[in-house]
Amino acid sequence: MDFTLTQILHQLWIARIPIVQGLGVTMAAAALAIVAGSVLGVGVGLALTYGTRTLRWLTRAYTDFIRGTPVLVLVLASYYILGAAGVQLSPFQAGVLALAVFCSSHVGEIVRGALQAIPIGQIEAAKAIGLTFPQTFRYVLLPLAIRQVLPTWVNTAAEMVKASTLLSIIGVGDLLLASQEVISRTFMSLPFYFFAGFLYFTVNFAIEHFGRYVERKTQIPS
Amino acid sequence: MDYVLNFSVVWRSFDHLLGGLGLSLLLALGSILIGIVIGLVVSFALVSPSGIARRLAGLYVTVTRNTPLLVLVLFVYFALPDLGIRLGDIESFVATLAIYSGGYLAEVFRAGLLSVPKGLSEAGQAIGLKKMQIRLSIMMPIMFRNVLPALGSTVISLFKDTSLAAAIAVPELTFQARKINVESFRVVETWIVASLLYVCTCAVLAMIFRRVERHLAIPR
Repeated sequence: MDFTLTQILHQLWIARIPIVQGLGVTMAAAALAIVAGSVLGVGVGLALTYGTRTLRWLTRAYTDFIRGTPVLVLVLASYYILGAAGVQLSPFQAGVLALAVFCSSHVGEIVRGALQAIPIGQIEAAKAIGLTFPQTFRYVLLPLAIRQVLPTWVNTAAEMVKASTLLSIIGVGDLLLASQEVISRTFMSLPFYFFAGFLYFTVNFAIEHFGRYVERKTQIPS
Repeated sequence: MDYVLNFSVVWRSFDHLLGGLGLSLLLALGSILIGIVIGLVVSFALVSPSGIARRLAGLYVTVTRNTPLLVLVLFVYFALPDLGIRLGDIESFVATLAIYSGGYLAEVFRAGLLSVPKGLSEAGQAIGLKKMQIRLSIMMPIMFRNVLPALGSTVISLFKDTSLAAAIAVPELTFQARKINVESFRVVETWIVASLLYVCTCAVLAMIFRRVERHLAIPR
């Protein structure tokens, strides 16, 4: 099908509000998932590194299970299972929950990697001067680990923006679904899929560059 | 909550799930093999002295890594026919995942190429090997060994990405699971079995890669 540029721009102008709203839903879903997933993920990372044997085993099973499952399966499972279990969640809430769980397992692994890279002598030194574990974490581990974690963590954020497109499959009105609705009305699949892809690209490109900036800033000067 | 687990419905359709898993693996295999070829070419371009090649390759990597796979899948399947490029659902998905994985694999290979000591390719030059010979018989074998851990995790994550084929109704594992779910309403059972199948496959893939890694390790 051939459309003139004017027709395409005209349709884009008509659809501007749903598309901007869709972008807002995408950003909100990704942001909520990143925040909740990171908080949970730091806990998972701590449990993986310093937990008792049982706790370590449980969190290891959790992260391995989540990381072995595709995000789409997590999203669909969260949507259908919670509904069947009688927990009434909107598609948006179920989707964000799935993304947050996915994010937590990745952040957990990143945090574990960073904590394990810290020389044991640092922890021994903290113990020697009588710091409690929360104090050790706050004043010794966190400042060291955060430099390792931040650049990879920004990458995970970009992954979450990409994964948020999967929410359109369970009917969340994100940027992708908004674009698809325009397409089903106008049949202009080429320009509108391209436009949606371009918007996602722009958001992620910005995040990627922010990640490089963070990486430069957090490097230990040598 | 009085939900009683009953796996019998899922076991009855287990053949469909296994068939779906087989198709998932085939989709992954096909697209990753093409993706490795793309990735190799692009990674050599990324480290080449030519500015234009570097820039083009960089653009390819940036675009594929920063665009959601689902958007690419839908674009290739629904939008490209408007340009006269018509592909079946499986071909279209394999093509998309191959292009997408090319970007990720190129980054993996680039890191590997940079880890090959410069002296080795200089030694190749010194004994009169051609550029292509140096790439194929000196850089690639060493690079492949160095990148195996990263390659393994990329391959596993690409295998998981085949679940997106469900969005264009390719009857792979996720599609089959969703179908069983909708037909039987045995929601919990279906998704537990489906995700366990994915988890086990990923574990097996990881094990295979660790084996290969140990087998090919450069003795020190």
